[in-house]
Amino acid sequence: MSSSLLSLAIWVPILGAFVVFAAGNAQNLARWAALITAIAGFLVTIPLYTGFDVTQAGMQFVEQRPWIPRFNVEYFLGVDGISVLFILLNSFITILVVIAGWEVIKEKVAQYMGAFLIMSGLMNGIFCALDAVLFYVFFEASLIPMYIIIGVWGGPNRVYAAFKFFLYTLLGSLLMLIALIYLFLSSGGSFNLLEWHQLRVDMTPQILLFLAFLIAFAVKVPMWPVHTWLPDAHVEAPTGGSVVLAAIMLKLGAYGFLRFSLPIAPDASHYLAPLMITLSLIAVIYIGFVALVQLDMKKLIAYSSISHMGLVTLGFFIFNQLGVEGALVQMISHGFVSGAMFLCVGVMYDRMHSRQIADYGGVANTMPKFAGFFMLFAMANSGLPATSGFVGEFMVALGAIKYNFWIGFAAATTLVLGAAYTLWMYKRVIFGVVANKHVAELTDINGREFLFLAALAICVLAMGVYPFPFTDVMHASVDNLLKHVAVSKL
Amino acid sequence: MLNNFVTPDLYPAAPEIFLLAMACAILLIDAFLGAAQRWITAGLTLVTLVGCALITYQTMDGQVVLTFSNMFVDDLLADFLKLLLYLAVIVVIVYSRDYLAARNLDKGEYYLLVLFATLGMMVMISAASFLTVYLGLELLSLSLYALVAIDRDSPRATEAAMKYFVLGALASGLLLYGMSMVYGATGTLEIGGVAQALHLGVANKTVLVFGLVFIVSGIAFKLGAVPFHMWVPDVYHGAPTPITLLIASAPKLAAFAIAMRMLVYGLFELAEHWQSMLMILAMLSIAIGNLVAIAQTNIKRMLAYSAISHMGFLLLALMSGVVGPDKHFALNAYSSAMYYVVAYVLMSLGAFGTVLLMTRAGYEAEHLDDFKGLNQRSPWFAAVMMAVMFSMAGVPFFVGFFAKFSVLLAVVDAGYIWVAVFAVMFSLIGAFYYLRIVKFMYFDPPADAAPISAGLDMRFLLSVNGAAVALFGIFPDALVSLCTYALLRSL
Repeated sequence: MSSSLLSLAIWVPILGAFVVFAAGNAQNLARWAALITAIAGFLVTIPLYTGFDVTQAGMQFVEQRPWIPRFNVEYFLGVDGISVLFILLNSFITILVVIAGWEVIKEKVAQYMGAFLIMSGLMNGIFCALDAVLFYVFFEASLIPMYIIIGVWGGPNRVYAAFKFFLYTLLGSLLMLIALIYLFLSSGGSFNLLEWHQLRVDMTPQILLFLAFLIAFAVKVPMWPVHTWLPDAHVEAPTGGSVVLAAIMLKLGAYGFLRFSLPIAPDASHYLAPLMITLSLIAVIYIGFVALVQLDMKKLIAYSSISHMGLVTLGFFIFNQLGVEGALVQMISHGFVSGAMFLCVGVMYDRMHSRQIADYGGVANTMPKFAGFFMLFAMANSGLPATSGFVGEFMVALGAIKYNFWIGFAAATTLVLGAAYTLWMYKRVIFGVVANKHVAELTDINGREFLFLAALAICVLAMGVYPFPFTDVMHASVDNLLKHVAVSKL
Repeated sequence: MLNNFVTPDLYPAAPEIFLLAMACAILLIDAFLGAAQRWITAGLTLVTLVGCALITYQTMDGQVVLTFSNMFVDDLLADFLKLLLYLAVIVVIVYSRDYLAARNLDKGEYYLLVLFATLGMMVMISAASFLTVYLGLELLSLSLYALVAIDRDSPRATEAAMKYFVLGALASGLLLYGMSMVYGATGTLEIGGVAQALHLGVANKTVLVFGLVFIVSGIAFKLGAVPFHMWVPDVYHGAPTPITLLIASAPKLAAFAIAMRMLVYGLFELAEHWQSMLMILAMLSIAIGNLVAIAQTNIKRMLAYSAISHMGFLLLALMSGVVGPDKHFALNAYSSAMYYVVAYVLMSLGAFGTVLLMTRAGYEAEHLDDFKGLNQRSPWFAAVMMAVMFSMAGVPFFVGFFAKFSVLLAVVDAGYIWVAVFAVMFSLIGAFYYLRIVKFMYFDPPADAAPISAGLDMRFLLSVNGAAVALFGIFPDALVSLCTYALLRSL
């Protein structure tokens, strides 16, 4: 089946961004152009879901044409059950980011909106690229807009955070580039990912390839101990930047494991699974404790993201259906929840210009509607049943118990730790007596803020109550992947 | 003796002859022109270069033609490089006009020296004999020495010219000495003849390897590879910016050409020896260029060290062409080297072009701080410079990424995977100083609110230059295929 839906999902936001740039200093024009582009970008992705054949495990909506014949690089796009949801999530979050930055961003509005739109298009490209060079190109190009976003609209320490973000991620991806070139040569001159999945590779190269991919994706996830860029980036980035970073960008690393590491180096994946499980559990437990002691709300949510992503990588490397599907559900859910949490902090920050927990207290008295939304998202972040956060965590924990009781036990502590750090923060910020006159002067959320918080609240609840539409889409592809990984390539 | 004289076929050298004739005419015409009519000289120079391009394009037939007793060659490689050369020189002249006029340097000599330097580069590109290489190289170098000192009242420029001249003369000496050894061992100076003598195995290997060392040193000096790089930062820094622009762009094409002609066409049989030499030069250049660039506060010096590291990548590509008899490796490696040098020239023109854009009468914008807040002063040219910087750092979607990518592909293909890892690690370090320029332009408030005051022609060409850096990154195939095709027909 040939269609150009995926191309539209990539290029509509990017080309729209140039229209937004052209708006220049006409701020309102730039805002509306950005909103229209973001909505158009989301609308073109809807047929991807409605037209998706859930019984099929292979790639759908495939587009394939030569791009650089000299190196046999193709413009090869396609989605399966693993990737399709992320394209929708990404396009959806982009709309919210545009709305969230509507009044808050007053300087260089056109560039701000344009950068987010370009990033949205590039990340759609990452999720549907089936040619390794195309994937790499999108993967690395997406660093540029984020670097600019953190550096231009970020907090006081933004330069440090932007450099750290860029160089850290570049470190990982450059080694991956060598791995890609190696695979190109050993596959007899192809960058086709689907062909690479079938390629036989010996154990030693498999391990080296796995490690090269690991460095690239572990930095992006981020896994302990290469996570230190994330709290800095989150704290310094503007609200929209944090949302995109947490909701989408972190998923790129995890997605990379499923698209590259597992199918290309299955034997190395099994061999190194204990390492991966250990690193994941350290992220879940140790980073969970680190989150507990944070004084800055954004930092706390950043560490909470690392901890939640630890659960995702754990789900991948226990090699069962529950684990992998649970991890994917967790990724989507975390996209909604962490995005919502950062938006909530952004709402408070726009009023108080502080992210310190100590500066707040008793916000419920002055912002009751906001407190309600924040409550819901905090509950989802701590994995309360009937919110989306519960579904993924529960599935991964179950899968882990099947694999090994003690690993499952350790993974399940995330439910305790998550509740501890999130709810404790919530209590200190929202409840109690009004802490100071700044809090007393707070005004409740306006219609614009209500809009994006309500949209996310609906998603979080819907996914928590009825996750079937999400798991249904991924079922066939995950099943296929696990079967593929179970077969040795030696 | 006279009976043996055969009139050489002048047809393959038509562009060179045309350029020389025009240069002489311009020399005469310019003598009658005042400063106010200097645009006539500039216009004639541009017309000459466009004329050369037309002649080269018209006579391009893909055949390898030797003339002047096998001392001069016209093949597709030469035609392609020459076309790029004209383009680069045209861009240099357009970018330079405002700067030179504002500093009272807009004299006829400038245009003539640029034309003679161009002629030198054309001869280097078409050299089929070691002697022709030397002839072209000296014509280029002498023109450049004079150009560096064109602002004769500037002590810094004069010092740079002296340094360039002394070291350049030394390097020419080394090269000539190497050539004499090759001549001694093989009895010929023709590149094809040397290759044949080596192939037959009649030459004395010891003498040849000695000669090779000197030739490689000479090439490394001209490219500015470590440890023969000492002149690069000083000359880049000391020369007036338009001259730096010239030195940093077009001569790299010619240096690539003579490296190809002498090492690959001539001394291929000694590849095992020069391969390891190039590898050491390349790795040192990449490491030292990238590390030292971080410490620079002057953009011209920073770009000089960046040039050193880029030449390291070029050498890396040249080095990986020779593994076994399979021509496939050679083609991959040399076409990636050629692609790299073309991409580098494009980026280098853009980078120095932006530096020139920001200078104005009485003010040299050569400190990194001068780039502060460029995004507020001119978002468009900040975007152009950003594209060039990310391209130099090797980030997609810009031409620099595919250049690095094709070189790495050739290096890994040749089996030097650890060299590739080494190179990308230093690219990572290098990314820092390119990012720093972007930081100055975008993250910092402007230190100086003066508007950009460049002429329309320069704005237009610089915009095209920036767009080319991006477009050749989004659609890289055309340029890659052209390089491959040109080499395929000339190897």
